[in-house]
Amino acid sequence: MKKKKKISNGATLRRPMRRWAPLFMGPVVVAFCIGFVWPFIQGIYLSFCKFKLISDAKFIGFGNYARALADKSFQHSFWYTALFAVVSLILINLLAFAVAYALTQGIRGSNLFRTVFFMPNLIGGIVLGYIWSMIFDGVLSRYGTSILMETKYGFWGLIILMCWQQIGYMMIIYIAGLQAVPGDMLESARIDGANSWQTLFRVTIPNVMPSITICMFLSLTNGFKLFDQNLALTGGQPFLIQPDGSSVKTTEMLALNIYNTFYGQNTSSQGFAQAKAVIFFVLVAGLGLAQLAYTRKREVQQ
Amino acid sequence: MKKANTLSAQRRNKTILSIVLAVICVIYVLPVLTVVINSFKLNTYVKTDTFALPTGEMYAGFDNFIKGMTFGNYPFWKSVTYSVVITLLSTALILIGTSMAAWYIARVDSLVCRGIYYLCVFSMVVPFQMVMYTLSKTADTLKLNTPWTIPVVYLGFGAGLAVFMFVGFVKSIPLEIEEAASIDGCGPVRTYFSVVLPMLKPTMISVGILEIMWIWNDYLLPYLVLDINKYRTIPIHIQYLKGSYGTVDLGATMALILLSIIPVIIFYLTCQKHIIKGVAAGAVKG
Repeated sequence: MKKKKKISNGATLRRPMRRWAPLFMGPVVVAFCIGFVWPFIQGIYLSFCKFKLISDAKFIGFGNYARALADKSFQHSFWYTALFAVVSLILINLLAFAVAYALTQGIRGSNLFRTVFFMPNLIGGIVLGYIWSMIFDGVLSRYGTSILMETKYGFWGLIILMCWQQIGYMMIIYIAGLQAVPGDMLESARIDGANSWQTLFRVTIPNVMPSITICMFLSLTNGFKLFDQNLALTGGQPFLIQPDGSSVKTTEMLALNIYNTFYGQNTSSQGFAQAKAVIFFVLVAGLGLAQLAYTRKREVQQ
Repeated sequence: MKKANTLSAQRRNKTILSIVLAVICVIYVLPVLTVVINSFKLNTYVKTDTFALPTGEMYAGFDNFIKGMTFGNYPFWKSVTYSVVITLLSTALILIGTSMAAWYIARVDSLVCRGIYYLCVFSMVVPFQMVMYTLSKTADTLKLNTPWTIPVVYLGFGAGLAVFMFVGFVKSIPLEIEEAASIDGCGPVRTYFSVVLPMLKPTMISVGILEIMWIWNDYLLPYLVLDINKYRTIPIHIQYLKGSYGTVDLGATMALILLSIIPVIIFYLTCQKHIIKGVAAGAVKG
């Protein structure tokens, strides 16, 4: 009897469904192959090739990777991106948590504040970049300079831009976390005589750790993958001419560096650019998998 | 007495907090206000008097908006139309396509289904730069380079998150409802459209909002896939104006930026609740 029930579980649905597989799965599988699977496989293969057009690709082994790892501009953009990601991670999360904490204290106008803080998220990266480049130039032109003149202006400008855009997003996640902290825990802490700082650090923060982890990983990967804002705000300027005549774009991040290698003036560097893209993919995917593993581990513990 | 004191102190603290946040809010809106005032300003003053109100000789009236409409030898209304067409078509295609696939994956649960599911999850961690070159070439070969066919590319590259979210939701709804429908003589197609689809509505809204926000603001994918001389979305058009060499009319650019933000802000204010919920759901799962 029990066995029979198990067989019937879902089977009445499954058999007729299989007949309709082409309808249900077909469109997504075809599009997924065109939009992801095939370009991905081809991308991996081409990173080992030298080519101008895909049709005349010639296998050359790890040459592209060696060239990519030795590339000055790629190295620079890696360290620049890493620094940017870490600084923006710290600032965005601190500020977003502070705002979320303030907004969950039951003050007047919380909803209005939340609406305003989240708003920049809906504006696209290109548009954001131009809005802020106008603002920074408006300020800096009084001192006879511009955001394109110095690397540090470009760096901090992009940090300010990203804070403006991302604080609202992280704030939403933190608010959800903070609202889930059990009220009786906070109350018993208060009855036990804990002051508000002790309550914050001993009760609230340990309870919102999952949100903190998610937000940290999100801001880290967002920092690494940043492209539109970087392109629109500085586009890599100012350029630094190297002793050997090549130039390093000092505010160029990894994604923009890859883009410029693909579509720059040197048309024979596609294989080289694809190798950079694979390295970039391994980096970003590594971060993503680390996040997944970390959250899984937490779920098991709970 | 002491208790009353702490209570009034608490109230005072809250008022101070409110005022501080209100000040930050004003600062937060300033960049958008700067765009508004500069869109009414003559080009020459945008750089020198960025933060001044457009009064007296600086005031340009609606000239910037009129000029912006035909800016860069490309009518602005065309990029608005293309942006709307691409966003709506792609989102609709993604919602229908991935929810059907997700239902199939969750219910049939065969080895192949699991393989496809894990591929989708995997695709979520792959950055666009990894596939951009090969993807744009593939799309070109298959003639997916028009606003009416680019939704296929969006369905392909954006399937991961949508499938992931839908599968998660389908697994949480009880099987008995669909079984009852099939015992009553519903075929899979009818079961899907009249039983499953209505139940998926909350996730549909979340996924739909995430996709709309992504596709509307996306720059690089349409830039690489579309034929730029014919089809420009709003981000492409704005980047084209600023990126092209020569004199850039900042006043007119700001007017266009303002025009492109207004619909987004209206959309945000009308569906605010859903947007915030959708974003939180996408973030926690992605």
